[in-house]
Amino acid sequence: MARIGPEEVRELATLARLQLSEEEVARMTGDLAAILDYVDALRALDTTDVEPMTHAVPFDCPLRADRVAPSLSVEEALANAPRREGSFFEVPRIVPVAGAPEDES
Amino acid sequence: MSVNDYEVVIGLEVHVQLATRSKIFSWSSAAFGGDPNSHTDPVCLGLPGTLPVLNRAAVDSAVRLGLAAGCTIRTRCRFARKHFFYADLPKGFQISQFDEPICDGGAIKFRLHGELRSVALTRIHLEEDTGKNIHAAAGVSFVDYNRAGVPLCEIVSEPDIRSAEEAAEYVRAVRALVRYLGIGDGNMEEGSLRCDANVSLRIRGAAAYGTKAEIKNMNSFKNVRDAIEHEIKRQATILDRGERVAQETRLWDPARGVTQSMRSKESAHDYRYFPEPDLPPLVVTEAELAAFRGSLPELPEDRFARYTGSVGLSPQDAGVLVADHEIASYFDAVVSAGAPPKRAANWLINEVLARAADPRRLGDADLPVPPPALAELVKLVEDGTLSGKLAKDVFARMWTERRTAGEIVKAEGLAQVSDSSALEAICQRIVAAHPEEVARVHNNPKLIGFFVGAVMKETGGKGNPKAINDILRRLLGPASS
Amino acid sequence: MIDVRGASAVALADGVRAGKWRARDVVDRYLDRIARLDPALGCYLLVDAAGARRQADAVDAAQKAGRDPGPLAGVPLGIKDIFCTRGVETTCASKILRGFVPPYESTATTRLGAAGAVSLGKLNMDEFAMGSSTENSSAGPTRNPWSPAHVPGGSSGGSAAAVAASLCAGATGTDTGGSIRQPAALCGVVGMKPTYGRVSRYGVIAFASSLDHPGPFGRTVEDAAALLEVMAGPDPLDATSIPQPVGAYRQAARAGAAGLAGVRLGVPTEYFQAGMDPEVETSVRAAIDELARAGAKIVPVSLPHTKYAIATYYLICTAEASSNLARFDGVRYGHRTAQARSLDELYAKTRGEGFGAEPKRRIMLGAYVLRAGYYEAYYGKALRARRKIADDFSAAFAGCDAIVTPTSPVPAFKFGERSADPLQMYLADVYTVAPDLAGIPALSQPCGLTRAGLPIGLQTIGPALGEEICFRVAGAFEARTDWHQQLPPDAAP
Repeated sequence: MARIGPEEVRELATLARLQLSEEEVARMTGDLAAILDYVDALRALDTTDVEPMTHAVPFDCPLRADRVAPSLSVEEALANAPRREGSFFEVPRIVPVAGAPEDES
Repeated sequence: MSVNDYEVVIGLEVHVQLATRSKIFSWSSAAFGGDPNSHTDPVCLGLPGTLPVLNRAAVDSAVRLGLAAGCTIRTRCRFARKHFFYADLPKGFQISQFDEPICDGGAIKFRLHGELRSVALTRIHLEEDTGKNIHAAAGVSFVDYNRAGVPLCEIVSEPDIRSAEEAAEYVRAVRALVRYLGIGDGNMEEGSLRCDANVSLRIRGAAAYGTKAEIKNMNSFKNVRDAIEHEIKRQATILDRGERVAQETRLWDPARGVTQSMRSKESAHDYRYFPEPDLPPLVVTEAELAAFRGSLPELPEDRFARYTGSVGLSPQDAGVLVADHEIASYFDAVVSAGAPPKRAANWLINEVLARAADPRRLGDADLPVPPPALAELVKLVEDGTLSGKLAKDVFARMWTERRTAGEIVKAEGLAQVSDSSALEAICQRIVAAHPEEVARVHNNPKLIGFFVGAVMKETGGKGNPKAINDILRRLLGPASS
Repeated sequence: MIDVRGASAVALADGVRAGKWRARDVVDRYLDRIARLDPALGCYLLVDAAGARRQADAVDAAQKAGRDPGPLAGVPLGIKDIFCTRGVETTCASKILRGFVPPYESTATTRLGAAGAVSLGKLNMDEFAMGSSTENSSAGPTRNPWSPAHVPGGSSGGSAAAVAASLCAGATGTDTGGSIRQPAALCGVVGMKPTYGRVSRYGVIAFASSLDHPGPFGRTVEDAAALLEVMAGPDPLDATSIPQPVGAYRQAARAGAAGLAGVRLGVPTEYFQAGMDPEVETSVRAAIDELARAGAKIVPVSLPHTKYAIATYYLICTAEASSNLARFDGVRYGHRTAQARSLDELYAKTRGEGFGAEPKRRIMLGAYVLRAGYYEAYYGKALRARRKIADDFSAAFAGCDAIVTPTSPVPAFKFGERSADPLQMYLADVYTVAPDLAGIPALSQPCGLTRAGLPIGLQTIGPALGEEICFRVAGAFEARTDWHQQLPPDAAP
């Protein structure tokens, strides 16, 4: 399997929105390479025709009745917000990006 | 080369909000609007430790939509997490479906210039909506999570659409289907029906597809048509210059009438899909499917076939009637109240629809002219009590005064004079009074109109024109016919 | 008044229910011990003395008024800081959640409160439950009450240490790869990880959703059984919650005293291999002999895919963790970077500042294994391996009623001994991850002390929904030994 270098680590960090220092990138590169080496052991296991085990429960998805229960109050919803403006959560100005749903302007 | 040298290839992704009471995975209200962040709960806000529990009504809606579109419904499907970061996405992932959607295949059928079109579907899947970002002026944006977690069906078409007009008609047909099924209101302006288009061009006859651009932000049928038309021209111009179309997402700007690239730092997305561990596989049994199949309403295409077949309407009229569930239901109710179908269709299309602000309100209890009232009016015309012209006046008063045709006719003495002996006497009098015209009518048959007008004037407009015509033709001799 | 040091939860509750002592007095004694002893141990991230006294007073009022104060009346509990508690700060020992006050309560703690239990406060842990030593807490480590130079295990190290040091009469924990059982073993208390879905995960901050098992810590087997009986049960807020009714765990724990006649106990050869501390092996083998003397038939079983368990576990848990930790972005709650000019910068800096090294490592590894080109080779492969590991247990349970193994290959290790090498830390979970992957119940109880005076744990693994057989076997061992009565020194200043 592919080994990992600092360039890919930086790419992953961008994908995961994780700012890493150069020191962290270096350390992470070594750690991930070692862990990936270790998990390579799985390649020896024959899993032909084995159904992936995505859940540890044997039952089907339960469904809830379509009933509305009380909402959080606006104050409760915003109580933990680091930044708010009135009844809104506040973020730095968003320039619409590809791949995200449509925006109001 | 011109635009006509290229074949247009369009695939659409339509997002339909399902009109459930509560959200797809939690209990707060899924209603449109509300004060910012007033329709939330810990689950849809993505607070830590909270878990999704699937809303049965959302599943039922998706299954019914799938059956109506002729899809194969998976008896076992899965939810998956789709990862991306955006302010309106509370969890850093959207719960959606990936390799095992609830519906596969199927088609959306509609008429384009009277011709039946069938656009194949790739799939329909269930997912949760995001919140809304509001871009404020001063370097910040605001986020409202009321919409987060509203259930969505994403309907993905094959690249089978060949023109902007066809794309708009396809979206119209999806909306009609959604409304027929009563699973959503399909309101593009409010965003309860949203459409993204993948557009590409290729030289006619070419096998391979060209590079596609994805167009977003088309929030009306007109926008869909205009945006795609603009995009086709834009791509043709690029290809004519021998350049390449960039694979990118473009935003339609309706004010300026152009699509604009949405530049992003991330060139390619990697959504890192994996099966949603918080939701076991969703199972829909054959028995449930059979029950849903049995309870589907008559769908637009079936209605169209019935209207143009046994009912005997023109394809144009049938097309107008089936466009909305409420129009068709109104029509059926007028007919079942005894009105002849063709007349009923004319009255509905020319008078009722011209006045109704929103065709979807035709089922409202407080509609000024409910179906039985229109049927009564149509019958009065049919039996000769009212002339067409009078009836239009009566209808206008029915709509504004909320009275029935019978009441108005009775109160105003508007009943048409069809009594042949009374009309005969008037006609004889008029003929006798105009010997010069009688002499000329033999050379100029159009002069009969003069006599009809004179008789009508005598009857105060209440004479039955057909009866008057018949009498006058008899009195004036064969040359006038 | 009873001395709460070493007291069992069920004994405390019985006394409150019978009016022999007041819940308020019990709570005050624990609060006093916390004030005296916890500064040196670091079990608690937050002590809610006022809230605890208020809850205790309510229990006393109910008792006095003749109302049923609940099966856990006045039992003072420590709550792992991964359980959301309404109105009480919940951080998962992470800087990124500092200041987060949930407007909702986890189902498990709601049930404990309804049963009369009192929450003393929130317990330390490895950040987001990622670790085996509690060294990964942003608030600093918890020390092992048996030896301050040693780790208490993790990730529920605060829970295990607090119960061991009698800083609470019982505690909640979560077990994703061993996070209840391993610290229970290293601190000499009982820790129970039930069947996946037996205790609701609602309100328990997710680490690896398909592997997270909330469960109890107790001083005795019956204490753990009593807590689990309350915590467990169907929950409409968790779609993976098991609908079947809860078993009679306390009764099963007591039934053990009557012996284990007719019970077949499997001993997997794969769990007694190189890398195991000889003192651990000696104690666990002696414990198995004791179970045989209690009437159990010891049978060899094989769990041939054990060697793939750690790799499988790390692929699945990092993938799920990278997803679950995506929501911590500085918008709705928790830490937010001071300076960000764009949304992406807000995310990257907030998360870079807020997460510690281990969550960062797992987010990165998880993002890696889920990438489009790698999914099948890593995550997909791991899900198939997981099935084979689960199938091993199904096959083994065809020939036995429960499986007994060591909980941890080693007793408590020293601070820093393994933290430099993440892989070495991961290997500490070698005997505990497989039951998590299979989703089956497993319990750890004390079965010895090393010459250096560090506890050793015995693990009993049952089939799915086999909590009762685990409690019965553990109850039998406890009835015949006194390891559970051994207490660490009260290291009062």
